[in-house]
Amino acid sequence: MTTASPLAQAPTFDCRKAFTERLLELARADERVVVVCNDSVGSSNLDAFLKEFPKRLINVGIAEQNMVGVGAGLANAGFIPVISAAAPFLTGRATEQLKVDAGYNNLHMILCGQSPGIGYGPLGPTHHSIEDLAWTRAITNMRVVVPADPNETRAALQWAYESPGPTYLRVARHGVPEITGAVPFEPGKAKTLRDGTDLTIIGTGITSCQALIAADILAARGISARVLDMASIKPLDEDAVVKAARETGKVVTVEEAVVQGGLGGAVAETVVQKAPVPMRILGFPGFCPTGDVKFLMNRFGIDAEGIVKAALELVG
Amino acid sequence: VDTNEVWRDALSGELTRRIRAADPALRSALLREAAREIRITALKMIVGAKAGHIGGDYSITDAMTTLFFAVLDNDPKDPKAPERDRFILSKGHCAGALYSTLALLGFFPRDWLDHFMGPLAPLNGHPNHNKVPGVEVNTGPLGHGLPIGVGCAIGAKLSGSKFRTFVFTGDGELQEGSNWEAAMSAAHQKLDNLTVLVDRNRLQQGRGTEETNGLDPLDAKWAAFGWEVLMIDGHDFGALFDAFTTPHAPGKPRCVIANTIKGKGVSFMENLSAWHHKVPSPEQTEQALQELSR
Repeated sequence: MTTASPLAQAPTFDCRKAFTERLLELARADERVVVVCNDSVGSSNLDAFLKEFPKRLINVGIAEQNMVGVGAGLANAGFIPVISAAAPFLTGRATEQLKVDAGYNNLHMILCGQSPGIGYGPLGPTHHSIEDLAWTRAITNMRVVVPADPNETRAALQWAYESPGPTYLRVARHGVPEITGAVPFEPGKAKTLRDGTDLTIIGTGITSCQALIAADILAARGISARVLDMASIKPLDEDAVVKAARETGKVVTVEEAVVQGGLGGAVAETVVQKAPVPMRILGFPGFCPTGDVKFLMNRFGIDAEGIVKAALELVG
Repeated sequence: VDTNEVWRDALSGELTRRIRAADPALRSALLREAAREIRITALKMIVGAKAGHIGGDYSITDAMTTLFFAVLDNDPKDPKAPERDRFILSKGHCAGALYSTLALLGFFPRDWLDHFMGPLAPLNGHPNHNKVPGVEVNTGPLGHGLPIGVGCAIGAKLSGSKFRTFVFTGDGELQEGSNWEAAMSAAHQKLDNLTVLVDRNRLQQGRGTEETNGLDPLDAKWAAFGWEVLMIDGHDFGALFDAFTTPHAPGKPRCVIANTIKGKGVSFMENLSAWHHKVPSPEQTEQALQELSR
C-alpha cells in the first residue's frame, strides 16, 4: 500500500543525534547551558556532552522529582538547564514539579522527554509515554513541542534555548526521514508540508512523515490532502487550523499519544469553536500492548495505512 | 516597645545595621523585638483574611527573623541581584511569617498585608516570586523547596558565586520522598553552601508527626544521608545565629533541626495541631495581642 510514496523508502535519521549535536553547539557558545539527568547519560545520548563538559552535566541519579527541582534551582541561579530523561519518567514521576517548579514559577527550563510515545515499544506501557502531551499541555506557561525530524529537533531546541519560560520538548527515538527542510522552527506556527483541497491531515513528531506518505497514497486515488506538521502543539497555530477546516472541510489529526488531550484535543478545541467540520482523531485508545514501533503504529492506525483509511471514511 | 519605632527602624535599614553590629546579647534582644512585630503582623493578616497558618508561622518566626535580619546578604531595593543569598520557604503555607518579615524589611509596601489572600491581591496564601519582591521560589505543595535549593547551591558552585542557600522545611513535610532524593544529592554534590532548617514542631495538620508517620531519630537520618546535623532550640536567637553562620564542615551541607513550638508566643495556641490553620476569634485575638506585646 505504501509503495505509492517514495518517502516510505527514504533513509531515516535519529533525532536524538541532532538533539545532542545542537546541545553541544549551544553549550560551547554559552556556559549557562547545563544538563540535568537521571542516570540517563546513555539513553539521552549525552556521552559526548559529559566528556566535553563533565562539570556541567548534573546526574542526580534515579530521582526525577529532584531532577526537575534541581533544574529549577539552576534556572534561579542564572543557568539555562536542559533536563533530559526518558519521557515517561520525566512527565509521570515529576508531574507536580513540571506544574509548580517549571510552569508556575515560569522558569527558563528545557524539559526533554527522550524516547517518547511508544519509542520503548516492546518494554510495555510502563515505559510508553503516551499521556505526556495531555499532561504537559494542561500546564500554564509550558510550551509543548514535538519535532518531526532531525532538522526540526535542532531548530526547536535552539528556539527553546532562546525563549525564556519552560518548554517540554519530545525527542523521538524512532528514526524518521528529513521532511521539514532547513527552515527555522517557529513556535505557534504550523508547517504546510503539502497543500491540498479535499481534507487536511495534521501530524506531529514521527506521525508527520506518515501523514505525507498517506497524502501520496491518497493522491494516487484522486484525493487531494493538505498536510500540516504541527510540531508546536502549544502554542497552537489556530489560524492554520481554522484555514484548513474552512478550505478543506475535513480534518484528520494523528499523533503518537493517547487520543485524549494531545494534538487531536488541541485541534478539536479550535475546530469546534471556530470552524466546525468533521474530524478524526488518530492515536492510541489507551495502554498499548507490547510490540515494536512499526507494529503498534499499524495496529492502532497511526501509520500511513491507518491515516488513509480514516481519510477515506471521512471523505466518503 | 513602640511598634511604629520598630517599623521605622526596620524599613530604614537601621534595625538590620544595629543587629549586625551588636554583641550576642543585644543582637538577641533586638531580634526578639523584630520577631514580636512579625508575629503581631502575621496575626493581624490572618484575622483580616480569616485564613492562614498561624501555628507554623509562629514556630518559624524566630528562625526567619534571625536569618533575614542578622544573616542574609540581600537587598530589599534590589531583590533579584544575582549574588543575593537565596532563601526558600519550602513550607509555603507559612507565607504569613514570610510576608510579615519581607514587609518589615521594606521589600514591598506594608499596606499589601491588608489584602492578604484578597481577590487579585499579590499576597497569595502561598508565596509567588513573580508577584512578590523578596520571594525566591513559588512553593505550596510540600517537598519542592529542598530540590530547588540543591539546584541553587549547585549553580553557585558552578559559577564560583559566593551566595549561600537556605531552605526552611516543615517536619511533617519530610514525609515527602522528594526531600530525601534532594538530601542524598546535596551530600553527593558536597554542597557546603546549603543549609536546611527543619521546623521540628512535631505537629502536622492532623496530629503529631510521630503518631502519623514517625520521623525520629531525625538527626540520625540526616547524618546517615551525609549531612552535618545541628539540633538546637528553634526559639534561641543565639543558637539560631550560630547555626546559620558557623562555617560548614568542608564539603558538607548542613541540617539544622530546630526544636520549636507550634503557635509559639500565644499560650492557648502552643503545641496544639488545631492551630495549624485555625483563625482566632475577636476575644482570642485580643488575648494573643496582649501576650505578644508583653
